[in-house]
Amino acid sequence: MLEAKNLYCERDDRILFSQLNFTINAGEVVQIEGQNGSGKTTLLRILCGLNDAFEGELLWQGQGIENIQAEYYANMLYVGHLSGVKSSLTAEENLIWMQQLDPKLYKISITEALYKVGLYGFEDVPCYTLSAGQQRRVGLARLYLSEAPLWILDEPFTALDKKGVAEKEALLAEHVLNGGAVILTTHHNLEVPNHTVRHINLDKVA
Amino acid sequence: MNFFIAAVRRDLILALRRRNDIINPLAFFLMVAVMFPLAVSPEPKFLADIAPGVIWVAALLACLLSVDGIFRSDFDDGALEQMLVSPQPLMLMVWAKILSHWLLSGFCLALMSPLLALMLFLPSEGLMALVMSLLLGTPTLSLLGAIGAGLTVGLRKGGILISLLILPLYIPVLIFGAGAVQAGAMGLPISGYLALLGILLVLSLMLAPFAVVAGLKISIKG
Repeated sequence: MLEAKNLYCERDDRILFSQLNFTINAGEVVQIEGQNGSGKTTLLRILCGLNDAFEGELLWQGQGIENIQAEYYANMLYVGHLSGVKSSLTAEENLIWMQQLDPKLYKISITEALYKVGLYGFEDVPCYTLSAGQQRRVGLARLYLSEAPLWILDEPFTALDKKGVAEKEALLAEHVLNGGAVILTTHHNLEVPNHTVRHINLDKVA
Repeated sequence: MNFFIAAVRRDLILALRRRNDIINPLAFFLMVAVMFPLAVSPEPKFLADIAPGVIWVAALLACLLSVDGIFRSDFDDGALEQMLVSPQPLMLMVWAKILSHWLLSGFCLALMSPLLALMLFLPSEGLMALVMSLLLGTPTLSLLGAIGAGLTVGLRKGGILISLLILPLYIPVLIFGAGAVQAGAMGLPISGYLALLGILLVLSLMLAPFAVVAGLKISIKG
């Protein structure tokens, strides 16, 4: 699906990674590992096209992503550190807007998605009244809505409770079972049911 | 097109839920008109002479006051990133943001301006020129302001920088805008001034969005 060739990135004269090669295939969960500041977020942002300060090539289905940007973005879902959830909009309004942005977010209805992330009954209150974990859940509701094959998730489990994390892990398993692929960073001990997670350690490629 | 409407709607809803951001520039606009007679001279003839310039300067600064916020909150909470990695063109989103900024700043200022004209004894012949010049001139201010906002949104303290970047570009609009009102108040034809404001608007309408998109990309990817 996604192929990275000879990625090289440095920040403040420090090499984050060089000669980094990997391929993410359908049905795979890839976890990026490394200590704080090792460039995990930087790598994910590079994969999303949100960071241009790198050398190397990124291919989506064999084509350079900068050439087929619209197609790539239509097939990719990115959940970053910042969730993009507007605190003065309600959970439902936030998700409606995300659907406007991305036509691939219509797998199930918004009500169902909110039910699945445990926010049923909170759909019409402004998000600033929700707790940090609940706000995170609003952003993660996109995972239930999404039909995009490639998911790029940056610390998706921050502020989630144990039950929430387990549910998301089950969701990841379902996604890769249906032919999707996930690349993520997390400091949580990731356990995807019935699936082995592939690891890429950035400390070793610096 | 649907996306464009949805984006404008979202921005208007967001603004209406945080009314401070709307009221701030309007209150500033009104306050200048209230303070001027107190500080300079309450003489009607004197006020009538300076009214075109005062109202236009106040409108321009009020616009400048609000322009920093066009992309700020979306940048801070990650919504802007999401727009960049969405299949929707960033250009449409930029158009929508500028339009909603203008509706909440320039358009409201133009609607409020007759009140200021009254307070500053602007001759009634100049009223039409004032409203028309503001309606034609303030969209240009929003468009040009968005360039500065896009470029500085990634900086923690963009406030001063944005004024330095944008004010020189605002000057032609100020000159022709205030000129139109002055001419109108003296009973002279204003079509020449309005045509010039129109040219500035069309030019910035065509060119500014490209600069805004480029600036936003630099801010986010930098």
